[in-house]
Amino acid sequence: MTAVAPSALAQTLVDHAETVRPAWLDAAVDELRGRTTRGELEREQSDIYQALVDGLQAGGTDLQSEAFDQLRGILADVSAARARLGFTPRETAVGVFALKEGLYGLAGSDDTMTRVLPLLRLVDELGLFTFEAFAAARESIISEQAEQLLELSTPVVKLWEGIVAVPLVGTLDSARTQVVMEKLLNTLVETGSTQAIIDITGVPAVDTQVAQHLLRTVVAARLMGAECTISGIRPQIAQTVVALGIEFGDIRTRATLADALVDALREGRRSHTEVTA
Amino acid sequence: MTTAPSATATERLEVRADSDVVRVRQLVRTVAQQARLSLVDQTKLVTAASELARNTLVYGGGGEVEVELVADGRRSGVRAVFSDEGPGIADLDLALTDGWTSGNGLGLGLSGSRRLVEQFSIDTAPGAGTRVEIVTWSR
Repeated sequence: MTAVAPSALAQTLVDHAETVRPAWLDAAVDELRGRTTRGELEREQSDIYQALVDGLQAGGTDLQSEAFDQLRGILADVSAARARLGFTPRETAVGVFALKEGLYGLAGSDDTMTRVLPLLRLVDELGLFTFEAFAAARESIISEQAEQLLELSTPVVKLWEGIVAVPLVGTLDSARTQVVMEKLLNTLVETGSTQAIIDITGVPAVDTQVAQHLLRTVVAARLMGAECTISGIRPQIAQTVVALGIEFGDIRTRATLADALVDALREGRRSHTEVTA
Repeated sequence: MTTAPSATATERLEVRADSDVVRVRQLVRTVAQQARLSLVDQTKLVTAASELARNTLVYGGGGEVEVELVADGRRSGVRAVFSDEGPGIADLDLALTDGWTSGNGLGLGLSGSRRLVEQFSIDTAPGAGTRVEIVTWSR
Protein backbone atom coordinates (compact mmCIF):
# COMPACT_ATOMS: atom_id res chain seq x y z
CA MET A 1 0.00 0.00 0.00
CA THR A 2 1.37 3.38 -0.88
CA ALA A 3 1.33 5.94 1.87
CA VAL A 4 -1.37 8.56 1.49
CA ALA A 5 -0.32 12.15 2.07
CA PRO A 6 -1.61 13.62 5.36
CA SER A 7 -3.23 16.48 3.48
CA ALA A 8 -5.24 13.97 1.43
CA LEU A 9 -6.40 12.36 4.68
CA ALA A 10 -7.43 15.77 5.96
CA GLN A 11 -9.38 16.34 2.75
CA THR A 12 -11.18 13.02 3.23
CA LEU A 13 -12.22 14.07 6.73
CA VAL A 14 -13.42 17.43 5.48
CA ASP A 15 -15.30 15.94 2.52
CA HIS A 16 -17.05 13.30 4.55
CA ALA A 17 -17.64 15.26 7.74
CA GLU A 18 -21.36 15.01 7.09
CA THR A 19 -21.19 11.20 7.27
CA VAL A 20 -18.51 10.73 9.91
CA ARG A 21 -19.50 13.30 12.53
CA PRO A 22 -23.12 12.21 13.16
CA ALA A 23 -22.15 8.52 13.32
CA TRP A 24 -19.36 9.34 15.76
CA LEU A 25 -21.68 11.45 17.90
CA ASP A 26 -24.39 8.78 17.97
CA ALA A 27 -21.94 6.06 18.98
CA ALA A 28 -20.47 8.21 21.76
CA VAL A 29 -23.86 9.34 23.05
CA ASP A 30 -24.96 5.70 23.13
CA GLU A 31 -22.03 4.76 25.36
CA LEU A 32 -22.05 7.81 27.60
CA ARG A 33 -25.77 8.10 28.12
CA GLY A 34 -26.42 9.77 31.44
CA ARG A 35 -22.81 10.77 32.06
CA THR A 36 -22.73 13.78 29.78
CA THR A 37 -25.04 15.65 27.42
CA ARG A 38 -25.27 15.42 23.64
CA GLY A 39 -24.50 19.11 23.28
CA GLU A 40 -21.38 18.78 25.39
CA LEU A 41 -20.15 15.80 23.39
CA GLU A 42 -20.85 17.58 20.12
CA ARG A 43 -18.75 20.59 21.17
CA GLU A 44 -15.95 18.33 22.36
CA GLN A 45 -15.96 16.25 19.19
CA SER A 46 -16.07 19.33 17.01
CA ASP A 47 -12.87 20.58 18.71
CA ILE A 48 -11.15 17.23 18.34
CA TYR A 49 -12.22 16.85 14.71
CA GLN A 50 -11.02 20.31 13.80
CA ALA A 51 -7.69 19.80 15.56
CA LEU A 52 -7.27 16.46 13.79
CA VAL A 53 -7.92 18.03 10.38
CA ASP A 54 -5.58 20.94 11.19
CA GLY A 55 -2.85 18.56 12.29
CA LEU A 56 -3.12 16.51 9.12
CA GLN A 57 -3.10 19.62 6.95
CA ALA A 58 0.06 20.73 8.74
CA GLY A 59 1.63 17.46 7.56
CA GLY A 60 1.42 15.48 10.77
CA THR A 61 1.98 11.75 10.30
CA ASP A 62 2.11 10.43 13.85
CA LEU A 63 0.50 11.73 16.99
CA GLN A 64 3.76 12.72 18.63
CA SER A 65 4.68 15.15 15.87
CA GLU A 66 4.51 18.90 16.38
CA ALA A 67 1.58 19.29 14.00
CA PHE A 68 -0.66 17.55 16.52
CA ASP A 69 0.31 19.66 19.56
CA GLN A 70 -3.12 21.22 19.73
CA LEU A 71 -4.91 17.89 19.34
CA ARG A 72 -2.85 16.32 22.13
CA GLY A 73 -3.63 19.30 24.33
CA ILE A 74 -7.38 18.94 23.78
CA LEU A 75 -7.30 15.18 24.39
CA ALA A 76 -5.27 15.61 27.58
CA ASP A 77 -7.72 18.22 28.88
CA VAL A 78 -10.75 16.07 28.10
CA SER A 79 -9.16 13.00 29.74
CA ALA A 80 -8.12 14.92 32.85
CA ALA A 81 -11.60 16.42 33.20
CA ARG A 82 -13.17 12.97 32.91
CA ALA A 83 -10.77 11.49 35.46
CA ARG A 84 -11.76 14.19 37.94
CA LEU A 85 -15.46 13.62 37.28
CA GLY A 86 -15.05 9.93 38.09
CA PHE A 87 -15.48 8.49 34.59
CA THR A 88 -14.17 4.96 34.11
CA PRO A 89 -11.22 4.42 31.73
CA ARG A 90 -13.65 2.83 29.27
CA GLU A 91 -16.00 5.80 29.35
CA THR A 92 -13.07 8.10 28.76
CA ALA A 93 -11.55 6.27 25.80
CA VAL A 94 -14.80 5.30 24.16
CA GLY A 95 -15.46 8.90 23.17
CA VAL A 96 -12.39 8.76 20.93
CA PHE A 97 -12.73 5.18 19.72
CA ALA A 98 -16.30 5.92 18.64
CA LEU A 99 -14.79 7.98 15.81
CA LYS A 100 -14.08 4.62 14.17
CA GLU A 101 -17.83 4.04 13.87
CA GLY A 102 -17.95 7.15 11.72
CA LEU A 103 -14.98 6.03 9.61
CA TYR A 104 -16.39 2.52 9.02
CA GLY A 105 -19.24 4.23 7.20
CA LEU A 106 -16.76 5.39 4.54
CA ALA A 107 -15.35 1.94 3.86
CA GLY A 108 -17.35 1.51 0.68
CA SER A 109 -15.20 2.03 -2.36
CA ASP A 110 -11.56 0.97 -2.83
CA ASP A 111 -10.56 4.55 -3.24
CA THR A 112 -11.65 5.66 0.22
CA MET A 113 -10.37 2.40 1.77
CA THR A 114 -6.76 3.41 1.26
CA ARG A 115 -7.52 6.58 3.16
CA VAL A 116 -9.72 5.12 5.86
CA LEU A 117 -7.10 2.59 7.01
CA PRO A 118 -4.45 5.17 7.96
CA LEU A 119 -7.14 7.21 9.67
CA LEU A 120 -8.27 4.19 11.70
CA ARG A 121 -4.68 3.64 12.73
CA LEU A 122 -4.47 7.24 13.82
CA VAL A 123 -7.64 6.88 15.90
CA ASP A 124 -6.01 3.94 17.71
CA GLU A 125 -3.15 6.23 18.60
CA LEU A 126 -5.55 8.89 19.81
CA GLY A 127 -7.27 6.30 21.98
CA LEU A 128 -4.02 5.12 23.53
CA PHE A 129 -2.98 8.69 24.20
CA THR A 130 -6.33 9.29 25.89
CA PHE A 131 -5.70 6.30 28.13
CA GLU A 132 -2.27 7.55 29.10
CA ALA A 133 -3.57 11.03 29.83
CA PHE A 134 -6.38 9.54 31.90
CA ALA A 135 -3.98 7.39 33.93
CA ALA A 136 -1.65 10.32 34.51
CA ALA A 137 -4.53 12.46 35.72
CA ARG A 138 -5.64 9.70 38.07
CA GLU A 139 -2.12 9.32 39.45
CA SER A 140 -1.95 12.99 40.22
CA ILE A 141 -5.35 12.86 41.95
CA ILE A 142 -4.15 9.95 44.08
CA SER A 143 -0.95 11.67 45.12
CA GLU A 144 -2.90 14.86 45.91
CA GLN A 145 -5.20 12.86 48.13
CA ALA A 146 -2.29 11.12 49.83
CA GLU A 147 -0.86 14.53 50.59
CA GLN A 148 -4.15 15.77 51.96
CA LEU A 149 -4.42 12.68 54.12
CA LEU A 150 -0.92 13.32 55.44
CA GLU A 151 -1.97 16.80 56.50
CA LEU A 152 -5.24 15.58 57.95
CA SER A 153 -3.73 12.81 59.98
CA THR A 154 -1.25 14.98 61.85
CA PRO A 155 -3.07 17.59 63.87
CA VAL A 156 -1.17 19.65 66.41
CA VAL A 157 -3.48 20.71 69.23
CA LYS A 158 -3.05 23.26 71.96
CA LEU A 159 -3.87 21.57 75.26
CA TRP A 160 -3.26 24.45 77.61
CA GLU A 161 -1.57 27.82 77.61
CA GLY A 162 2.02 27.00 76.65
CA ILE A 163 1.39 23.29 75.98
CA VAL A 164 0.85 21.69 72.56
CA ALA A 165 0.34 18.01 71.74
CA VAL A 166 0.59 15.82 68.62
CA PRO A 167 -1.48 12.63 68.79
CA LEU A 168 0.14 10.24 66.33
CA VAL A 169 -1.96 7.50 64.75
CA GLY A 170 -0.75 4.78 62.40
CA THR A 171 2.54 4.34 60.66
CA LEU A 172 5.25 6.92 61.11
CA ASP A 173 7.32 7.03 57.94
CA SER A 174 9.84 9.62 56.84
CA ALA A 175 7.32 11.76 54.95
CA ARG A 176 4.92 11.91 57.87
CA THR A 177 7.67 12.62 60.36
CA GLN A 178 8.68 15.57 58.24
CA VAL A 179 5.10 16.92 58.28
CA VAL A 180 4.72 16.30 62.01
CA MET A 181 8.02 17.97 62.80
CA GLU A 182 7.25 21.03 60.67
CA LYS A 183 3.77 21.45 62.09
CA LEU A 184 4.94 20.96 65.65
CA LEU A 185 7.76 23.47 65.34
CA ASN A 186 5.48 26.02 63.66
CA THR A 187 2.80 25.59 66.30
CA LEU A 188 5.37 26.01 69.06
CA VAL A 189 6.29 29.38 67.62
CA GLU A 190 2.72 30.49 66.82
CA THR A 191 1.36 29.66 70.26
CA GLY A 192 4.49 30.63 72.15
CA SER A 193 4.50 27.24 73.81
CA THR A 194 7.42 25.81 75.76
CA GLN A 195 6.05 22.31 76.29
CA ALA A 196 5.33 19.76 73.57
CA ILE A 197 3.81 16.32 74.02
CA ILE A 198 4.06 13.66 71.33
CA ASP A 199 1.50 10.97 72.02
CA ILE A 200 2.14 7.57 70.41
CA THR A 201 -0.87 5.69 71.78
CA GLY A 202 -2.09 5.19 68.22
CA VAL A 203 1.22 3.93 66.82
CA PRO A 204 0.99 0.12 66.61
CA ALA A 205 4.71 -0.65 66.66
CA VAL A 206 7.80 1.34 67.50
CA ASP A 207 10.73 0.02 65.51
CA THR A 208 14.15 1.62 65.14
CA GLN A 209 13.01 3.82 62.26
CA VAL A 210 10.03 5.20 64.20
CA ALA A 211 12.26 5.72 67.25
CA GLN A 212 14.83 7.54 65.18
CA HIS A 213 12.14 9.80 63.75
CA LEU A 214 10.79 10.53 67.24
CA LEU A 215 14.25 11.30 68.59
CA ARG A 216 14.94 13.73 65.76
CA THR A 217 11.65 15.55 66.33
CA VAL A 218 12.41 15.89 70.04
CA VAL A 219 15.90 17.23 69.34
CA ALA A 220 14.48 19.77 66.88
CA ALA A 221 11.89 20.95 69.43
CA ARG A 222 14.61 21.29 72.06
CA LEU A 223 16.72 23.38 69.73
CA MET A 224 13.83 25.83 69.71
CA GLY A 225 13.81 25.93 73.49
CA ALA A 226 10.80 23.68 74.04
CA GLU A 227 10.73 20.68 76.33
CA CYS A 228 9.34 17.53 74.71
CA THR A 229 7.60 14.57 76.30
CA ILE A 230 6.73 11.31 74.57
CA SER A 231 3.55 9.84 76.01
CA GLY A 232 1.35 6.85 75.33
CA ILE A 233 4.02 4.22 75.90
CA ARG A 234 2.02 1.05 76.41
CA PRO A 235 3.48 -1.98 78.23
CA GLN A 236 4.11 -3.99 75.05
CA ILE A 237 5.81 -1.01 73.42
CA ALA A 238 8.01 -0.49 76.49
CA GLN A 239 9.12 -4.14 76.45
CA THR A 240 9.79 -4.04 72.71
CA VAL A 241 11.82 -0.86 72.95
CA VAL A 242 13.93 -2.34 75.76
CA ALA A 243 14.52 -5.59 73.86
CA LEU A 244 15.47 -3.67 70.72
CA GLY A 245 17.98 -1.70 72.77
CA ILE A 246 16.69 1.76 71.85
CA GLU A 247 17.87 4.44 74.28
CA PHE A 248 15.59 7.41 74.82
CA GLY A 249 18.33 9.00 76.93
CA ASP A 250 17.16 11.96 78.96
CA ILE A 251 13.96 12.39 76.95
CA ARG A 252 10.95 12.44 79.22
CA THR A 253 8.50 9.60 78.55
CA ARG A 254 5.13 8.92 80.17
CA ALA A 255 2.60 6.09 80.02
CA THR A 256 -0.40 8.28 79.28
CA LEU A 257 -1.18 11.66 77.79
CA ALA A 258 -2.79 12.66 81.12
CA ASP A 259 0.46 12.03 83.01
CA ALA A 260 2.38 14.04 80.45
CA LEU A 261 -0.09 16.93 80.72
CA VAL A 262 0.18 17.04 84.53
CA ASP A 263 3.97 17.11 84.22
CA ALA A 264 3.91 19.82 81.61
CA LEU A 265 1.55 21.97 83.72
CA ARG A 266 3.80 21.60 86.74
CA GLU A 267 6.85 22.42 84.64
CA GLY A 268 5.12 25.46 83.15
CA ARG A 269 4.11 26.80 86.56
CA ARG A 270 7.64 26.36 87.91
CA SER A 271 9.27 28.28 85.07
CA HIS A 272 6.57 30.94 85.46
CA THR A 273 7.32 31.45 89.17
CA GLU A 274 11.04 31.50 88.42
CA VAL A 275 10.49 34.37 86.03
CA THR A 276 8.31 36.39 88.40
CA ALA A 277 10.42 35.66 91.49
CA MET B 1 -8.76 -7.89 55.45
CA THR B 2 -8.58 -9.55 52.08
CA THR B 3 -5.06 -10.93 52.50
CA ALA B 4 -5.84 -12.89 55.65
CA PRO B 5 -4.00 -16.20 55.26
CA SER B 6 -5.57 -19.56 55.99
CA ALA B 7 -4.25 -21.61 58.88
CA THR B 8 -1.70 -23.68 56.99
CA ALA B 9 -0.91 -21.67 53.88
CA THR B 10 2.37 -19.87 53.51
CA GLU B 11 1.87 -16.23 52.61
CA ARG B 12 4.47 -14.65 50.39
CA LEU B 13 4.96 -10.93 49.98
CA GLU B 14 7.38 -9.02 47.79
CA VAL B 15 9.33 -6.24 49.43
CA ARG B 16 10.06 -3.56 46.86
CA ALA B 17 8.93 -0.31 48.49
CA ASP B 18 8.26 1.28 51.87
CA SER B 19 4.57 0.49 51.60
CA ASP B 20 5.47 -3.22 51.35
CA VAL B 21 7.08 -3.03 54.79
CA VAL B 22 3.70 -1.90 56.13
CA ARG B 23 2.01 -4.85 54.41
CA VAL B 24 4.52 -7.28 55.91
CA ARG B 25 3.81 -5.83 59.34
CA GLN B 26 0.05 -6.23 58.87
CA LEU B 27 0.41 -9.80 57.63
CA VAL B 28 2.67 -10.81 60.52
CA ARG B 29 0.24 -9.27 62.98
CA THR B 30 -2.69 -11.20 61.47
CA VAL B 31 -0.81 -14.51 61.64
CA ALA B 32 0.44 -13.75 65.16
CA GLN B 33 -3.16 -13.26 66.28
CA GLN B 34 -4.11 -16.59 64.72
CA ALA B 35 -1.24 -18.24 66.60
CA ARG B 36 -2.67 -16.75 69.81
CA LEU B 37 0.50 -14.96 70.74
CA SER B 38 0.27 -12.63 73.73
CA LEU B 39 0.02 -8.92 73.01
CA VAL B 40 3.63 -8.39 74.06
CA ASP B 41 4.90 -11.22 71.86
CA GLN B 42 2.76 -10.00 68.96
CA THR B 43 4.24 -6.53 69.24
CA LYS B 44 7.79 -7.87 69.53
CA LEU B 45 7.35 -10.14 66.52
CA VAL B 46 5.75 -7.41 64.42
CA THR B 47 8.54 -5.00 65.34
CA ALA B 48 11.21 -7.57 64.44
CA ALA B 49 9.45 -8.24 61.13
CA SER B 50 9.37 -4.51 60.45
CA GLU B 51 13.13 -4.21 61.07
CA LEU B 52 14.03 -7.24 58.96
CA ALA B 53 11.71 -6.29 56.10
CA ARG B 54 13.27 -2.85 56.03
CA ASN B 55 16.75 -4.41 56.00
CA THR B 56 15.65 -6.55 53.06
CA LEU B 57 14.52 -3.41 51.28
CA VAL B 58 17.32 -1.01 52.19
CA TYR B 59 20.40 -3.25 52.36
CA GLY B 60 19.26 -6.20 50.23
CA GLY B 61 17.81 -4.06 47.45
CA GLY B 62 14.41 -5.71 47.86
CA GLY B 63 13.39 -9.34 48.19
CA GLU B 64 10.57 -11.36 49.62
CA VAL B 65 9.05 -12.42 52.90
CA GLU B 66 7.34 -15.71 53.71
CA VAL B 67 5.09 -15.92 56.72
CA GLU B 68 3.45 -19.07 58.03
CA LEU B 69 1.61 -20.42 61.00
CA VAL B 70 3.50 -23.37 62.50
CA ALA B 71 2.60 -25.95 65.12
CA ASP B 72 4.60 -28.52 67.06
CA GLY B 73 1.70 -30.37 68.61
CA ARG B 74 1.45 -28.43 71.87
CA ARG B 75 2.06 -24.90 70.77
CA SER B 76 1.47 -22.80 67.73
CA GLY B 77 3.78 -20.16 66.46
CA VAL B 78 4.73 -17.92 63.58
CA ARG B 79 7.67 -18.38 61.27
CA ALA B 80 8.83 -15.60 58.98
CA VAL B 81 11.62 -15.83 56.42
CA PHE B 82 13.18 -12.73 54.87
CA SER B 83 15.31 -13.30 51.80
CA ASP B 84 17.06 -11.05 49.35
CA GLU B 85 19.66 -11.42 46.63
CA GLY B 86 21.61 -8.37 47.68
CA PRO B 87 25.33 -8.05 48.49
CA GLY B 88 25.11 -10.23 51.61
CA ILE B 89 26.86 -9.51 54.90
CA ALA B 90 30.67 -9.81 54.97
CA ASP B 91 31.20 -9.62 58.73
CA LEU B 92 28.20 -11.11 60.50
CA ASP B 93 29.58 -10.56 64.02
CA LEU B 94 30.05 -6.90 63.30
CA ALA B 95 26.58 -6.61 61.76
CA LEU B 96 25.10 -8.13 64.91
CA THR B 97 26.85 -5.61 67.15
CA ASP B 98 24.55 -3.08 68.81
CA GLY B 99 24.95 0.35 67.36
CA TRP B 100 26.92 -0.65 64.27
CA THR B 101 25.34 0.30 60.97
CA SER B 102 26.50 0.40 57.38
CA GLY B 103 23.69 2.84 56.61
CA ASN B 104 22.35 5.72 58.66
CA GLY B 105 20.00 3.95 61.07
CA LEU B 106 20.43 3.40 64.78
CA GLY B 107 22.33 0.14 64.20
CA LEU B 108 19.88 -1.87 66.29
CA GLY B 109 17.66 -3.45 63.67
CA LEU B 110 19.42 -6.77 63.16
CA SER B 111 20.83 -7.19 66.67
CA GLY B 112 17.59 -5.96 68.27
CA SER B 113 15.40 -8.27 66.19
CA ARG B 114 17.37 -11.23 67.52
CA ARG B 115 16.35 -10.27 71.05
CA LEU B 116 12.70 -9.78 70.05
CA VAL B 117 12.08 -13.35 68.89
CA GLU B 118 12.65 -16.87 70.23
CA GLN B 119 14.50 -18.38 67.31
CA PHE B 120 16.71 -16.42 64.99
CA SER B 121 18.94 -17.76 62.26
CA ILE B 122 20.79 -15.97 59.53
CA ASP B 123 22.33 -17.35 56.39
CA THR B 124 24.51 -15.02 54.38
CA ALA B 125 27.73 -14.70 52.43
CA PRO B 126 29.25 -11.84 50.46
CA GLY B 127 27.54 -11.70 47.08
CA ALA B 128 25.14 -14.50 47.93
CA GLY B 129 22.26 -12.55 49.43
CA THR B 130 20.85 -12.83 52.92
CA ARG B 131 18.21 -15.09 54.44
CA VAL B 132 16.93 -14.48 57.96
CA GLU B 133 14.49 -16.84 59.64
CA ILE B 134 12.63 -16.00 62.82
CA VAL B 135 10.15 -18.02 64.87
CA THR B 136 8.11 -17.07 67.93
CA TRP B 137 5.96 -19.62 69.80
CA SER B 138 2.88 -19.09 71.87
CA ARG B 139 3.33 -19.78 75.59
